[in-house]
Amino acid sequence: MTDILVYITSGLGAIFVLLAAIGTLRMPDQYLRISVNTKAATLGVGLLLTASALFFLETSVTTRVIAVIIFIFITAPVGAHLIGRTSYFIGNALWGKSVTDDLKDKYNKITHELKSHKEEKEHEDENDTKS
Amino acid sequence: MNVHDFLYYIILPILSISSLLVFVRFFQGPSIVDRVVALDLLITIGIGIIAIYSILSNKPTFLDISLVLALIAFLGTVAFAYYLEKRNKDD
Repeated sequence: MTDILVYITSGLGAIFVLLAAIGTLRMPDQYLRISVNTKAATLGVGLLLTASALFFLETSVTTRVIAVIIFIFITAPVGAHLIGRTSYFIGNALWGKSVTDDLKDKYNKITHELKSHKEEKEHEDENDTKS
Repeated sequence: MNVHDFLYYIILPILSISSLLVFVRFFQGPSIVDRVVALDLLITIGIGIIAIYSILSNKPTFLDISLVLALIAFLGTVAFAYYLEKRNKDD
């Protein structure tokens, strides 16, 4: 019974990791590559670790596997956000066919501060009262 | 076909091929951000290979190394992001 579960989880994990690798190679843009890495690779590695936990079925192995999975699930989005922010500051252009760029003209390039939505609203209110 | 054959002849080759594909991106990446992302993905695939190898060799002690590798991948990404953001374009 556990053998079948090991087959399923390890096979799905390997397929997800392969999809992440193909996406990293074929995606046209840094931001799309980061997106592929964060989602597909994290899920694939989580499934592979789950396969080893299901194979051994010991408390010590399971706790170790859970620790690794929780660590990866916490750190992968944080790292992806940091490297994506850096890529935006360095000035890497978006893919030509990307439709929206919500951060356009909102980052101060010198102080690296994001112009907040609230400030913009107040500005609009001032304009309204003036007019 | 038991679990060992399945892992040895199907899962490990798939993981090796995917790490080769990521290596291609690592070498030809147009910007340095691509290389950092590819390095992160390489270490993540390494964690998966360690998990499978611990089943094959029947030694769960190898899973400790995967925790260390996950920590190194995260710290490397954070350090690269921090210093690339601080760097002036003229350097």
